[in-house]
Amino acid sequence: MTSLAARYRRFAALRRWLLAAMALALAATLVLDMATGPSGMAFADVLTGLLHPDALALEQRVILWQVRLPYAVMALLVGAALGLAGAEMQTALNNPLASPFTLGLSAAAAVGASVAVVSGFTLMAFGENLAVPLLAFAFAAAATLLIQLLAWRYGATVDSVVLFGIALLFSFEALLWLLQFIADSNALQQIVFWTMGSLARATWNKIALVACVLLACAVWSGRSAWALTALRAGEDQARSFGIAVERLRLVTLLRVSLLAATALAFVGTIGFVGLVGPHIARLLLGEEHRYYLPGSALAGALMLSGASILSKTLVPGVVLPIGIITALVGVPMFMALILGRRRGA
Amino acid sequence: MMKNGPHIDERAAGLELRGLGAGYARQSVLEGLDLPRIAPGALVALVGPNAVGKSTLLKAIAGLQPVRGQVLLDGIDLATLGQRERLLRVGYLPQALPQATSLVAYEAMLSALRASRPDWSRAHAEDAIARVFATLGLDALALRALNQLSGGQRQMIGLAQMLVREPRLLLLDEPTSALDLRWQLQVLQTVRARIDQGGTLAVIAVHDLNLALRFCDHIVVLGRSQGASRLLAAGRPAQVLTPALLAQAYGVRARVEHCSRGHPLVLADEALEPPSRQTGERGTP
Repeated sequence: MTSLAARYRRFAALRRWLLAAMALALAATLVLDMATGPSGMAFADVLTGLLHPDALALEQRVILWQVRLPYAVMALLVGAALGLAGAEMQTALNNPLASPFTLGLSAAAAVGASVAVVSGFTLMAFGENLAVPLLAFAFAAAATLLIQLLAWRYGATVDSVVLFGIALLFSFEALLWLLQFIADSNALQQIVFWTMGSLARATWNKIALVACVLLACAVWSGRSAWALTALRAGEDQARSFGIAVERLRLVTLLRVSLLAATALAFVGTIGFVGLVGPHIARLLLGEEHRYYLPGSALAGALMLSGASILSKTLVPGVVLPIGIITALVGVPMFMALILGRRRGA
Repeated sequence: MMKNGPHIDERAAGLELRGLGAGYARQSVLEGLDLPRIAPGALVALVGPNAVGKSTLLKAIAGLQPVRGQVLLDGIDLATLGQRERLLRVGYLPQALPQATSLVAYEAMLSALRASRPDWSRAHAEDAIARVFATLGLDALALRALNQLSGGQRQMIGLAQMLVREPRLLLLDEPTSALDLRWQLQVLQTVRARIDQGGTLAVIAVHDLNLALRFCDHIVVLGRSQGASRLLAAGRPAQVLTPALLAQAYGVRARVEHCSRGHPLVLADEALEPPSRQTGERGTP
């Protein structure tokens, strides 16, 4: 008879292996993502180009380093950010339907982007126009602050926070339609394209920014992983351990808004990843947040990386907007996962 | 074995309430509760009708609810301690069961200790968890997810989460509400044994008066009068629980008889006419 602690360690080791396997799978999809594209490039060339850029022809080198690699890395980072944001949101609000998309953050970001497009506002920095991502970020952050304000000012229960988020979602969608209605045809096209989500806006500057925010938030959330796990086991219980539940919720939602707003600002509306990434992680790894949080980030990254590959291969010669792919391909996959589990249980 | 309070003045040791009141913004739930000092080693039953404020009182003692008056533990006014410091000494088991999530029971225990006893080493924590699980007979559940457990099993995990922290004062809010006969006894026996090891004191809110009679040294009866909940009676269960008190507190006609082993048992016969009941109205002055 082995001790309880030893049995749990073996159990936890399995989860660490699963995390490692997910990371490995992510590395594989990343390379595969770089190897796919309208202008074919041999798999071996990709690997050579990554390790020895000078060995490639100039044209291929530019495609790999200025197009393929930034797109692929951006897909990974945004997926991870949305997965992590969704996981923290679901725990903080104690609701499996919470995600940056379902609580109106994506819609708010879309309204912000549209305002920038319609008003023709430009803001040049680092040699590019950052008005669109900046306003998208500002609106998404403002939306969460509004939700936070309600939670804090009125001592709202988590359920009313979720309801308020859904109300926000509808309000922002109506605003989006209004903006589309008054936009000229050129602006309208830009808005529609933005709301479909695209990695085509990835540049190394933006990638660096998203990476920094993701890293900071990941470390920050890691510090409250234990408290979040305790909260998951029961709110009253967590309070009785001395956890300041209200403050934990507030800080967690603040972190989520930073993560989600940053990610959404640069790629547009990408729903579903923030909702489903955490569910996949939960099925595979349980909800001990030391495994669940990184697992959700990895699952989100895998999903968006996979979607990026599909967006380039489904219709030869065309890169479909990635937001369409995540929903169209992701939903059936997710349903299969849930239903398969129900049958198994 | 207990880590807390190495130098406790014998004469002040234990729990004492002075003029304790608690409530919400516009209505007071509890008023003017005075409880003479109860020394460590006692298991105290907290009883009274529904909505009389048993949970409010336990939360007030735990510091999870704003109060008037004083809660003294070992002569120290708990309000003078920070929340963390306070919850090192006081373990509170909420009435709500742990959530049915995909956390496994062992993780719920680890998170409880990480949050409340960050100073414990990993080995110490593992040891404490193993001991509590063995005592409660929960070893088989350790690696099961909470959403695969029954309500009663989750209630036992909640109890384990509280016991594992080894607090000096245990506050248990209806710890047996979801449990069958065997587990009800298991819980009371475990708490009793913990207290008999010395140094600990427990207050347990229960509805089952016969559990209180059988296991508790002390009973505190709350009832409503003049629009607020007050202390109706306190003392040894067998002396406090009389037909007259049961009629006053619960509005029932009841007998207290002795079983074949000589233990007193409460037998409730019928509910009395509503006018004599004092529950229900939540008072304004």
